Amino acid sequence: MQLIECPNCGKREEIEFHYGGQAHIAYPEDPAATTDHEWSDYLFFRDNPKGPFAERWYHGGGCRRWFNAVRDTTSYRFLAVYQPGERMPALPGTRVTR
Amino acid sequence: MLDTTPGTAPGAALPDHPDFLWRNPDPKKVYDVVIVGGGGHGIATAYYLASRYGITNVAVLEKGWLAGGNMARNTTIIRSNYLWDESSGIYEHSLKMWEGLEEDLGYPLLFSQRGVLNLAHSLQDVRDSKRRVNANVLNGVDAEWVDADGVKELCPIVNISPDVRYPVLGATYQPRAGIAKHDYVAWGYARAASALGVDLIQNCEVTGLDVRGGRVVGVQTNRGTIAAGKVALAAAGHSSVVAGFAGIRLPLQSHPLQALVSELLEPVHPTVVMSNAVHVYVSQAHKGELVMGAGVDSYNGFGQRGAFHIIERQMSAAIELFPVFARAHLLRTWGGIVDVTPDASPIVSLTDVSGLYLNCGWGTGGFKATPGVGDTFAATIANDAPHPLVAAFTLDRFRTGALVDEHGAAAVAH
Ligand SMILES: Cc1cc2nc3c(=O)[nH]c(=O)nc-3n(C[C@H](O)[C@H](O)[C@H](O)COP(=O)(O)OP(=O)(O)OC[C@H]3O[C@@H](n4cnc5c(N)ncnc54)[C@H](O)[C@@H]3O)c2cc1C
Ligand SMILES: [Zn+2]
Repeated sequence: MQLIECPNCGKREEIEFHYGGQAHIAYPEDPAATTDHEWSDYLFFRDNPKGPFAERWYHGGGCRRWFNAVRDTTSYRFLAVYQPGERMPALPGTRVTR
Repeated sequence: MLDTTPGTAPGAALPDHPDFLWRNPDPKKVYDVVIVGGGGHGIATAYYLASRYGITNVAVLEKGWLAGGNMARNTTIIRSNYLWDESSGIYEHSLKMWEGLEEDLGYPLLFSQRGVLNLAHSLQDVRDSKRRVNANVLNGVDAEWVDADGVKELCPIVNISPDVRYPVLGATYQPRAGIAKHDYVAWGYARAASALGVDLIQNCEVTGLDVRGGRVVGVQTNRGTIAAGKVALAAAGHSSVVAGFAGIRLPLQSHPLQALVSELLEPVHPTVVMSNAVHVYVSQAHKGELVMGAGVDSYNGFGQRGAFHIIERQMSAAIELFPVFARAHLLRTWGGIVDVTPDASPIVSLTDVSGLYLNCGWGTGGFKATPGVGDTFAATIANDAPHPLVAAFTLDRFRTGALVDEHGAAAVAH
């Protein structure tokens, strides 16, 4: 089983975690003011890269807190973990999303 | 018979290689239509372009081996008992095509209409199931509600005891649903398409789309540039990557989806049983393996493999439903990459780039659609206008909000 390193608790088994999809997607400040295109972007469109991806994870079986991770979607290896609100760490060959 | 006489060269008495089912040509410089992705959908689309819509100068480009993606990895459930009119339209069209497909292709497909039971485990399940049965009947799709005893009659090994975590309260039943042999389906289409002049080109990965003045003019591949009048994308799990070559962003997430088979057993399971609540579905292949699938792994993944705890949960669900499986041995597990949309309905669509067509988002349930997609996507490409049966499945629906929300409604995957 894959071990995931929670920034608060350290390495724990994958089943303790929940996936939260792409990280760094902010809720629109004034949703009523968005165009249909902007609103549908927020609702339905997420990146789907083959390779490093900045995403949110929730450690439900431990500290019960959300954190961010950069994970390679091909090898499934975690390349970095960091706190929400922090910038995605620069990794060689990785594009910062948003 | 193998000749084992001492002194004979090994293999000397083996039969010749059987005839190849399709030609293996090198790519030409230019085609009328290039299809990206040699899975079931790509090959079937090419076949109908040639056989129904008169376009034979067609290439299917496949980065690996033909049908080595989800086509060779799915659990082959075929049914059309979806809730919404748009869905039952395309899936029922497909099921009707399955019913004449062996004859059309002149090839055995082991298509077996053994029926499918979609189990209900809670009062809400029961209400949703009955609603779906009624919707199906209104759409001319065969469907009935059966109670727990009816389930037992159709599939005697199902545990209908009330004493389990998720008791079986009944099921929807579609008698015309069933399974087919996925490899044979791919081979049957490939053989027929090749005979009509379609070039099926393996080990040919598309690495770029050439767009000039808003129009697609060809593709870049690891075997050189290929010019094309039209380009049709049928890359399933890799659709986001390939559409990205033309700057098109898709509302898709690619997930691992796993399945498994047991060792070969005597026939014990006469139909197909699916349960969304306990996340398992089971049929028994002609050879005798129990074929089981589960839900997707939660994270995005392009690795064609998933986590073992998904398999573990799926097996515990299977054993609760089918106690006799407790002694069966697991033979093999594997995974594919499925492209999931927010509303769990496919995207079959024109794009902002003229001459570039999309077929993707079939997620966990596109095998059953293979003939139906092949036909309607081919018509969409040939006429440069959506076939009526896929007109609701545009990319634009995620902008207008006209979703076809099968996720919550049908409450079943695959
Ligand atoms: C475990 C599992 C169980 C399933 N069970 C069912 C089921 O019971 N019933 C059902 O209806 N559906 C089921 N499905 C879903 C079904 O398999 C898919 O929806 C369907 O196969 C998708 O269409 P396809 O056959 O064309 O895809 P694929 O066979 O995946 O074809 C896409 C092809 O595109 C190729 N490709 C990708 N990128 C490129 C590129 N850049 N250049 C060239 N080629 C490229 C890939 O190599 C691949 O061969 C299941 C899927 C899985 C994984
Ligand atoms: Zn933690």
